Amino acid sequence: MSEASKKDSPAQDAAKGSVPAPRDASGDTKEFLSVRNLSVHFDTDDGLVKSVDGVSFDLKAGQTLGIVGESGSGKSVTSLGIMGLHTSERARIKGEIWLDGEELIGAGPERVRKLRGQKMAMIFQDPLSALHPYYSIGAQIVEAHRVHHKVDKKAAKKRAIEMLDRVGIPEPHRRYEDFPHQFSGGMRQRAMIAMALVNNPQLLIADEPTTALDVTVQAQILDLIRDLQKEFGSAVVMITHDLGVVAEIADSLLVMYAGRCIERGSAEKVFYQPQHPYTWGLLGSMPRIDREQTERLVPVKGSPPSLINVPSGCAFNPRCPYADVPADNITRTERPELKMVSDGHYSACHMSREQREKIWTEEIAPKL
Amino acid sequence: MTDLKKKAAEASAAQSDGSGPEPLLKVSGLVKHFPITKGVLKRKVGAVQAVDGLSFDVRPGETLGVVGESGCGKSTMGRLVTRLLEPTGGTIEFQGKDITHLSAGRLRPMRRDIQMIFQDPYGSLNPRHTVGGIVGTPFRLQGVTPEGGVKREVQRLLELVGLNPEHYNRYPHEFSGGQRQRIGIARALALKPKLVVADEPVSALDVSIQAQVVNLLDDLQDELGLTYMIIAHDLSVIRHVSDRIAVMYLGKIVELADRTSLYEAPMHPYTKALMSAVPVPDPRRRGAKSDRILLRGDVPSPISPPTGCRFHTRCWKATQICKTTEPPLIQLKTGHQVACHHPENGEDQAPGDAPLVTDAITVTSAPAAEPAEADKADEPVAETATESPKAGEAEGAAEAEEAPKAEDTPKPDAESADAGDAAAGDAEGGSRE
Amino acid sequence: MLLLLVVSAVTFAIFFLVPRLGGQTLDSMAAQYVGKSPDPDVIAAVKKNLGLDQPLYLQYWHFVKGIVVGAEYQFGPDPVTCNAPCFGYSFKTHTEIWPQIVDRIPVTLSLAVGAAVIWVVSGVAIGVVSALKRGSVFDRLSMGVALAGVSLPMFFTGLAVLALFGNGEYVPFADSPLEWAGSLVLPWCTLALLYSALYARLTRAGMLETMGEDYIRTARAKGLQERKVVVKHGLRAALTPIITIFGMDFALLLGGAVITETVFSFQGMGAFAIKGVTEADLPKVMGVTLVAAFFIVICNLLVDLVYAAIDPRVRLS
Repeated sequence: MSEASKKDSPAQDAAKGSVPAPRDASGDTKEFLSVRNLSVHFDTDDGLVKSVDGVSFDLKAGQTLGIVGESGSGKSVTSLGIMGLHTSERARIKGEIWLDGEELIGAGPERVRKLRGQKMAMIFQDPLSALHPYYSIGAQIVEAHRVHHKVDKKAAKKRAIEMLDRVGIPEPHRRYEDFPHQFSGGMRQRAMIAMALVNNPQLLIADEPTTALDVTVQAQILDLIRDLQKEFGSAVVMITHDLGVVAEIADSLLVMYAGRCIERGSAEKVFYQPQHPYTWGLLGSMPRIDREQTERLVPVKGSPPSLINVPSGCAFNPRCPYADVPADNITRTERPELKMVSDGHYSACHMSREQREKIWTEEIAPKL
Repeated sequence: MTDLKKKAAEASAAQSDGSGPEPLLKVSGLVKHFPITKGVLKRKVGAVQAVDGLSFDVRPGETLGVVGESGCGKSTMGRLVTRLLEPTGGTIEFQGKDITHLSAGRLRPMRRDIQMIFQDPYGSLNPRHTVGGIVGTPFRLQGVTPEGGVKREVQRLLELVGLNPEHYNRYPHEFSGGQRQRIGIARALALKPKLVVADEPVSALDVSIQAQVVNLLDDLQDELGLTYMIIAHDLSVIRHVSDRIAVMYLGKIVELADRTSLYEAPMHPYTKALMSAVPVPDPRRRGAKSDRILLRGDVPSPISPPTGCRFHTRCWKATQICKTTEPPLIQLKTGHQVACHHPENGEDQAPGDAPLVTDAITVTSAPAAEPAEADKADEPVAETATESPKAGEAEGAAEAEEAPKAEDTPKPDAESADAGDAAAGDAEGGSRE
Repeated sequence: MLLLLVVSAVTFAIFFLVPRLGGQTLDSMAAQYVGKSPDPDVIAAVKKNLGLDQPLYLQYWHFVKGIVVGAEYQFGPDPVTCNAPCFGYSFKTHTEIWPQIVDRIPVTLSLAVGAAVIWVVSGVAIGVVSALKRGSVFDRLSMGVALAGVSLPMFFTGLAVLALFGNGEYVPFADSPLEWAGSLVLPWCTLALLYSALYARLTRAGMLETMGEDYIRTARAKGLQERKVVVKHGLRAALTPIITIFGMDFALLLGGAVITETVFSFQGMGAFAIKGVTEADLPKVMGVTLVAAFFIVICNLLVDLVYAAIDPRVRLS
């Protein structure tokens, strides 16, 4: 957490923020993780990069939230923000992050460090570069355990082998001594998961955990994450660009575009009644393996905006085919708030519900 | 479906009956082994069998999709066909002419007809050249002056791929990933090639951009009558773009079939497993996924691939014959070739054979549907994985990881030897035990 | 095995090349030993006695044999014995080379080891702090000083130090460790200034790169204390390239810190080599070169071993 983040009082921010879901004043909610109006900006020589700009969501224990977006949409930055891993002095972090009733942005870095790896853990996209090449797999897991537990080396080793065994690594006793480069890609990601889960964290953040893996290995890893979640009852945040992966694993979904949340709701709702033109674009862009599709794909025109010069109004307006549907050029002048469409389903679009409904049923759905 | 594709489909149907037009590209028995050398004297200690005996045709106007996991040899195959690599064995015929071992000089005229599009839109464009220079390079190399001059032609090409022709003097870093890929496509199309080999053309791009490029490739095929060979790991993309599809595993084609036939009734167990592993963007199907096949372990090393059928170590249908006899790639249905002794959706080629003792696979049922039951169903997966009898297997996978490096380089010898060395090192690590 | 091969090749190269590089013919070499008015017959005799008329490979063989079992030279009426290991015999001063080198090695070794300890500790420490506080006043200041340290020639720093603090004689360690250290402080610091500046820059660059690696983020995500992240995960990886360079630098110093020794009038290997060159006393030059080459080979071997100990990927392939 940077100096700057500490200076900014979170309360200030919450006051002006558009907080869709109400939270108890006491901070004591059923939600295990609540993010309120989180923004992560970076000072660069070219200007202020608004990587994450006012994102809010909740997650209950035992549930999985999928955060979907393209590169540069701010999904990874959000997750690193929750973990308190923005160490650069140029990072400006605002908003509130409540983890099990404890606010993290206002908390000191030492407190957040103690929670990291203990209460919340993270796995990364490329397990080869995310594991230290000079230490054995076992040593790295033992290290993760002993940071938070006062146990002797022998007990920690036992625990590490137990975890390796649990994530399906054959002959854990022998593999314990091996180094990351001696593992295959899938095995490395399993080891990474073992390391993340060694302290039984209640929140697991998985940042594109299967992107670097082959599809058959991806299936194994997703299966493993699902199993372990069931076993430990942890909350999982799954960050990915692959709608197939979230459909497989997520209970609820958050779609990000240019650092903002443009749609949020249950997986069912977002997949079958998507409310934002960008979500439509994502669904239309995707070739499907499960059906014969001879029609052309329906891509989103143009490319994502620069995060330094985010378009005024709705960030998606230059690429949106329906930017002119709402009256008064409002899409270009006013930033749309995240509004509730139905219970637990929010969308940030200026179009009226009827307009969206009509476009979805008449133009979009038939082509998907 | 577009007219041209329809024609191609008809053509392919006709072809499989033994008639039809000449194939544009005919590959038979194609082999590429990268030697592994050791020590100061570069003693050959083995070979990475990246590609080991491929035979297939590419017909004019069609799109042949090549799909497989990393290390299966698909990229090596692409580089062999475009003759960026020298084949170890087999023949490649382009328009009836044998180009397998043509020298660089005699290959040059042919290079006009076969062009390649690469995966990495960042690495494959020289950052110090302008877009105009990059797209115009093929003309200079081939000594061709197009009608109306190079600049005009380049601008026409830029427009063709959906870029602003006024950006002629810009540099690659001024473009986004999708636009760079368009530049790469414009360069490939400059000399009006007949065959375009695209190696993972969209896998580095974001979903929304990926769709733009897929559509562009589609349009260009219609407009220019191109023939494509598209290599990709993404089965969804392959299903969308291809007329026929070759599935590769460990340097071999295990199945080669028309799109519909392949996706609707895959015959090779590997294809089936591969397809069942692809996550479907449809949350309602989560509960209905009764037949997800979880393959155990990793792909074996291409240095010492399994005997017989290369998939037998991970196959749930394997019998004794699979271990001893390699199944030939034969046509079992119209337009559907498969290399398997016990194909799915087809007649068993070796009925009554004794099953091979293996705990390779477990079919799990509906994990989300009923938690209690799903738990039970899931358990064996973890167990088979933990009780794996083959100590060297994970090691082998590490080698498989190394091997693809050889594919990624245009300079075959130096790099592949390196990759081979690393792999050999791993092999030693394995034999220690 | 490889080590022996290299050493032998180096010795041969030296044996073969050094005299020729000096621009001397066999005659002029032999002529050095006979006095002012050379008589061709005498020269021929000397050539024969010294074995200079023999084919090269035999000369080489005798030289190598001399190192192992010693040699005898027919020079004047009495044969001169040169005990093993015979690194040659200076006919100018009528002394064996090896004992002289043995006398001088401790001087050079003291100089090199002490300076190395100072520069590694200070250079790495400054580099790490600079990298972690990139852009801070400390970073800019230390990098500025480092630039100056790299740029200033040793003559200048050495002489400046001498002018400021005066000179002391080298005192052997066995005589009095305290005085030994006292006598060496100035040369150590002079030598270390140059190197620590270089190492600070190297370490800073290495640390900046390493701290951006994914595995550092993983270490932080585990909740590891920042100090452990930096030292255990960052520094260890950043040091690998520095070890290679250190091995070379240190080995070269063992062959003689020529300028430092000259400036401080220390009788080390470097000074010995200079003496050999100025007096055109080939056996001296050859002896020093051979010993220096030996150190380089040994240090390289050590670097490889250390490398393997640090990086498991090297160990296994």
